[in-house]
Amino acid sequence: MAVILEFEKPIQELEHKINELRKFTSEKGIDLSHEIAILEKRTDEVRKSIYGNLNTWQHVLIARHPERPNTYDYINFIFDEFIELHGDRYFGDDPALVGGIGRFNGLAVTVIGQLKGKDTNENLARNFGMAHPEGYRKAVRLMKQAEKFKRPVICFIDTPGAYPGIGAEERGQFEAIARSMLVMSTLKVPIVTVVIGEGFSGGALGIGVGDRILMQEHSIYSVITPEGYASILWKDSSRAREAAEAIRIIAKDIQELGVADRIIPEPLGGAHKEPEAAAVMLGKALAETLDELMKLKLEDLMSQRYEKFRSIGNLK
Amino acid sequence: MVLDAFRKQKNATAPLESENRDIPDGIWSKCGRCGEILLNKDLIKKYKVCQCGFHFRLTALERIQMTLDSGSFREIDAGLLPVNPFALSDYAVKLDEARKKSGLNEAVVYGEGTIDKIPVVVVVMDTNFMMASMGTVAGEKITRAIELAAAERKPLIIFAASGGARMQEGILSLMQLAKTVEALARLSEAGQLYITVITDPTTGGVSASFAALGDIILAEPDSMIGFTGPRVIEQTIRQKLPEGFQRAEFFKQHGFIDKIVPRPQMKETLAKLLTLHL
Repeated sequence: MAVILEFEKPIQELEHKINELRKFTSEKGIDLSHEIAILEKRTDEVRKSIYGNLNTWQHVLIARHPERPNTYDYINFIFDEFIELHGDRYFGDDPALVGGIGRFNGLAVTVIGQLKGKDTNENLARNFGMAHPEGYRKAVRLMKQAEKFKRPVICFIDTPGAYPGIGAEERGQFEAIARSMLVMSTLKVPIVTVVIGEGFSGGALGIGVGDRILMQEHSIYSVITPEGYASILWKDSSRAREAAEAIRIIAKDIQELGVADRIIPEPLGGAHKEPEAAAVMLGKALAETLDELMKLKLEDLMSQRYEKFRSIGNLK
Repeated sequence: MVLDAFRKQKNATAPLESENRDIPDGIWSKCGRCGEILLNKDLIKKYKVCQCGFHFRLTALERIQMTLDSGSFREIDAGLLPVNPFALSDYAVKLDEARKKSGLNEAVVYGEGTIDKIPVVVVVMDTNFMMASMGTVAGEKITRAIELAAAERKPLIIFAASGGARMQEGILSLMQLAKTVEALARLSEAGQLYITVITDPTTGGVSASFAALGDIILAEPDSMIGFTGPRVIEQTIRQKLPEGFQRAEFFKQHGFIDKIVPRPQMKETLAKLLTLHL
């Protein structure tokens, strides 16, 4: 059963009415096609007006929609083959941050991404996409492996942050994230990062230092979740919506701020409405971006990567 | 990225807004551990370390005076002012207060100087300025310091202290983590020395970027270190954290700190390390 967001209710009501009319037509044999056509037209208009004028918080709700395609979904849709590889070789395997080797447009690539679940059980198993140090150390291992075999790296970002727990701290969450960013800084193969849902804090950026940052239309990216911002600065996590508006977290804003390089469109209403179509759009953007990067000489790739981050928030 | 340190500063030096009315401002300080009342002018002679071993937090100026050769420090970019990219009015007020409280334009002070006559580039973070959180300009100053060390082939020493990335600058603050790390990667590839000195507190995005990446990582005793602050962890796991959790000694035991150095020995320790890299 699809999860309908509050602001989508007018669409749902219209769809419901259309269905009733259809049912009536087939049961009673009365031709209501004219009425149905009018309602369908109206529904289309309402759909376009609602989804075309989303406010910041509605973007947040779509970015966090429980049915939103996750890293596994995109891997399945976009890659011809995929073999998941496990473990950091030091401590364990982090189910919240997955990775492996796949084939994309005929090219072998390394894929890494945070993985959220679709329901409570999956989320418990995946720790809500919040990685431990093992996740970042696995990412580092897979990235070095990609460098050795000259495979580009694709990172899917989808996390509210790194996991805040005793074990994570004990095993050096701060060091694991910093190390991963350091390795990404000098990795001698192209790295494309794509924010597919929510990307917050160092937990997101830990796999986010790349040559290009792509964001799906309804994805969000910032230093901290709106709830965290409101709770720390205003002592009131219920003001999350206000926080989200204040610090500009939606894809369009992140592009305007010079951080995101490209926005990937999504099907009307969000990727979860038509996951396969969303994957096609994502795949197209990925292919074009990789094409561009593969043409660069290594030294240009490296200097452009440096400049990308060096110039963010540039001072006059 | 969770900045418990923003909420409460129990180890405040020279309490400016002391709740304890019987301690006159700027003359006495109360030890954050044993409660001893200490005369500031005596305390400064003892590196602001109480006889019980408690290390008071230092201002950037005090840190420079205690660490670099007298008169050797030349500050760079002191005039760079913070930016308020989203024109937040509460942030503007906080920046104003921070300027008044710290006498600084930003939380990061950097420049060139010498330690036992060895030239170094040094970065100091001052918790009196918005808990030394890192926004665009703080990140820019750190990056410039790293680039300067690389260009002049001088060792780099960063005294880290921070509540983390500065939330009020949103994604731009987050990207400073990547920016500083990229600059450090270049410094490292050029074969140059970078020493991190972790001081109280070093948390959030600062702990998870340049502070974690020194060739050698020193820490002052009892400094709080960690990615997530204790309060958020306690809220998440719904239990009290053990005594000493996330302190420098804890992280040394877990393999993340090379050496804990009491403040009175900091300069000579740095000098020895620098000499070994000449």
